[in-house]
Amino acid sequence: MTTVFDPSAAAGQATDAILHDTLHGTARGVVVDSPPGAGKSTLVVRAALELAEAGHPLMVVAQTNAQVDDLVLRLAEKNPELPVGRLHSSDTDPYDKALDDLENVRKSAKAADLAGLAVVLSTAAKWAHVKVDEPWRHAIVDEAYQMRSDALLAVAGLFERALFVGDPGQLDPFAIVGSEQWAGLAYDPSASAVTTLLAHNPDLPQHRLPVSWRLPASAAPLVSDAFYPYTPFRSGTGPGDRGLSFAVPSDGSGPDRVIDEAAASGWGLLELPARHTPRTDPEAVRAVAAVVRRLLDRGGAATSERSSSPSPLTADRVAVGTAHRDQAAAVRAALSALGVTDVVVDTANRLQGREYDVTVVLHPLSGRPDATAFHLETGRLCVLASRHRHACIVVCRAGVSDLLDDYPSTEPVQLGTVVKFPDGWEANHAVLAHLAEHRISWRP
Amino acid sequence: MSLISTLARLEAVSTGRAQPAATVRHRHLSDRPLVFVPLTTAGEAGAPLGALVGTDRDAPRLLAVPQPRDRDLRFAFLAELADVVLPYVDGCAEAVEAAERTETDPETGKRIKVEVDLCADAPQLIVPSRAGIDLVRLLGRSTRFRRTAEQDPQAPYPAPPRVPLLGRWLTHFGERARVPGSSLLLAMTDVLGRHWATGQSTLEDQHLGALLAWIDPPEGETGAQAALRAELERDERGQLRCPPAGPATDPAFDNKLLAPAIERYDRARTALAAAEDGLQADDRLGALTAAEREIRDLVLSRTRPTWDAVWRGLDRLRELPEGAHVEERWTRDRWSFTGHRDRVLAGEPPQPRRDDAVTAANKLATREREQARLEAQEALDDPLVMAGRRLSGEAFAGEVTDVVMAYSESKRPSPRPLVTVRTDDRPHLGERTKVYRSLGGKPQSAEFVTAEEDGAYVVLRILDKMGRGKEPEPGSVPEKGDRVCFTLFEHEQRGGAKLPDPEETPWTHGGPPGEPALEAADPVTEEDVL
Repeated sequence: MTTVFDPSAAAGQATDAILHDTLHGTARGVVVDSPPGAGKSTLVVRAALELAEAGHPLMVVAQTNAQVDDLVLRLAEKNPELPVGRLHSSDTDPYDKALDDLENVRKSAKAADLAGLAVVLSTAAKWAHVKVDEPWRHAIVDEAYQMRSDALLAVAGLFERALFVGDPGQLDPFAIVGSEQWAGLAYDPSASAVTTLLAHNPDLPQHRLPVSWRLPASAAPLVSDAFYPYTPFRSGTGPGDRGLSFAVPSDGSGPDRVIDEAAASGWGLLELPARHTPRTDPEAVRAVAAVVRRLLDRGGAATSERSSSPSPLTADRVAVGTAHRDQAAAVRAALSALGVTDVVVDTANRLQGREYDVTVVLHPLSGRPDATAFHLETGRLCVLASRHRHACIVVCRAGVSDLLDDYPSTEPVQLGTVVKFPDGWEANHAVLAHLAEHRISWRP
Repeated sequence: MSLISTLARLEAVSTGRAQPAATVRHRHLSDRPLVFVPLTTAGEAGAPLGALVGTDRDAPRLLAVPQPRDRDLRFAFLAELADVVLPYVDGCAEAVEAAERTETDPETGKRIKVEVDLCADAPQLIVPSRAGIDLVRLLGRSTRFRRTAEQDPQAPYPAPPRVPLLGRWLTHFGERARVPGSSLLLAMTDVLGRHWATGQSTLEDQHLGALLAWIDPPEGETGAQAALRAELERDERGQLRCPPAGPATDPAFDNKLLAPAIERYDRARTALAAAEDGLQADDRLGALTAAEREIRDLVLSRTRPTWDAVWRGLDRLRELPEGAHVEERWTRDRWSFTGHRDRVLAGEPPQPRRDDAVTAANKLATREREQARLEAQEALDDPLVMAGRRLSGEAFAGEVTDVVMAYSESKRPSPRPLVTVRTDDRPHLGERTKVYRSLGGKPQSAEFVTAEEDGAYVVLRILDKMGRGKEPEPGSVPEKGDRVCFTLFEHEQRGGAKLPDPEETPWTHGGPPGEPALEAADPVTEEDVL
């Protein structure tokens, strides 16, 4: 007998187990690993609501103001009656103006003003300044893998127990100065909060969400194999559930051919001739801009499980991802030269947690003479390759696999640190091998 | 590597001379630095072979270990080193000035000002290269837990009296050197590399001789030629004419000169021990002394060129005027020095082997803050550094072409003038990006409103530092025709949140570390007593 995989049931089971441990468990912490688009925010909101309903005062720690505001909006959407506190900084425009329209959301820069509310949310940086006489019974720490260990140290005294949710495959937190001095210590301040937490509390229950609702059936296996080899996940939709079609037929150019390839298979690699280039490779940047321009011009329509009729592929459903900020700036300039202004162009760091229908990615190693740890970082490629619901188009110079073979990773081995698998070298090769099947070579 | 440093290096290649990477000196240089040129023995981590050390460029003190594997001789070396370093350190600790520090009152919990001593000067240790800094750390680690006969009469190999104290100071220097912008312990190659861009890689810049060859090539030679000579040229005995700055030595020197000399010394020592009568002993003592002198001469011959090179580097650096913020950073070095002096005087135990969770997090936070502060201050102090930031889109300079008065939409409208700047730079400005300029040493902030004519004109809204009145204070708003420079990075760093005390380390980080146990020195193994 073969069992049919039911994504909703699998995800539901996982969520129930997590909520049970959070509400009724005895452990001081619960850790949840979530692959890209697995409903992490939904889980956080649901856990927050259930804790609040059970009468447990709750604090929520997120990493950026945008993440906090997003959670507040989602909470208010699910339960407009719930008294929610948004603790914010005393800068100008500290929170999203949309929060002002919510009746039951109180906003303040002082924690004392928010005392007694069911749920209080803020960033880790702001929570670090809060002093309490009695700690919160419960906390939820969102994006815990992107939180640094020292940031957790600053806030951990505020709560008794916590639910830690995050994506282990995304970019690790970093320090702008060397921290080799502490490598191998369980509480290395530059490590991720979860690494430290589990090093000191190895017996905490750990769960993972098994289904990605964002990634299409064409992307989930690759992302799962390349970046989560030991904790595989599935896509929530099947091969025929999503589709991308274009009203205007291809004009036979490289950008159009790669768009068609990506529409058909979910992946497209636009390969430019091998060359060593500066970071803001003008040809590659123009190629990225050309692909975006054609994506918008060709009248794309996306069909998905969300609605019965196809939805148009508009500029807000497309994003461009790069490794460096100057590359993003160059792509923005090239796009505005083509008259495109409202497509999001950003670095992997800033695209974390975001979702689009189609993404166009400038490969981090494209045109480089060397492969540094920064450019090889697994999380960077993982973020760039897992933001899309329909298709991902990668623009890259030829020769990256040779580059990888020429520069095996040479980072010094630090005693006592947990070696992260897969390493960037392996993950890059896995992704390139898959992309090679969807390659369109183009000489602009 | 930033674009401007790549360009500077290319220019250095084409002109054959190192190009300035700074127009002012970004590190404090003491009037009386203690220069320390150490050498180690191959094959054993941190076994000193000798050193030149001192504050007088014409009279360095030569220290040598004729048999580097002999632990007694190594202790003798460290004791001698302590005799040079500790009086120097103490000399700086004598003169103090009154200063104020904010502390938390243990009873009321309020922040109060306390009057404390601040040492008027601080010691400055200069080593030739980054590897020298590592050796300072290693010497500190290997000596600060040693016990003297006075501390522990049972200790099998007691350290000479002042050696553990030397270890504590070297550890402090080594830790402070990790703080960006600090100047208590400097590596000459790092400081020169900060101020000049050579036509070679940063790895090659670690060779002090080659680096100076690019900065100061001899008449009629390019930097590249002179650097190659410094790296490779050997004399008729096969020895490098410009010995490496150490602490590692050249293998040709080890094999051809040092090893035979040490062997002669060993033989002379064995012979002396086997002497049967006083006359024979006298003769053999003479031979031993001669063998020892030979090794001292060898050590001197390898360290003296580096010693002179360090002082030449200091000469070149002193020609640059000091950057405006250098004094402020040096004051923090003085605080750090004063703090450690007080801890030593208070009888606190040596720095622990490993930081606890809270100390590690505090150190990382401090260093990140200092790094950001250093980058901002260097750019503000030095137009050439600012040019690099402008080139990378993190700052822009230009002329004010228009100022339009505007007001905020609050009950009491405050001035929010719109300033248009014409610039040739291409800053990465996004919607409402904050920018800053220096106004009388304080940062004034503005926000980006719009760009016109493809970025040639940038319109900004000035946000603060205009006083409390309805009209901005005179001079607080740029005027038409003014040259202005705005940065996208902040000029001052906010202090981070206060972390819990180590006794209150939370469960996520392993809980409180418990009572600090007195740490013992590394146990003596068989290899230690060859």
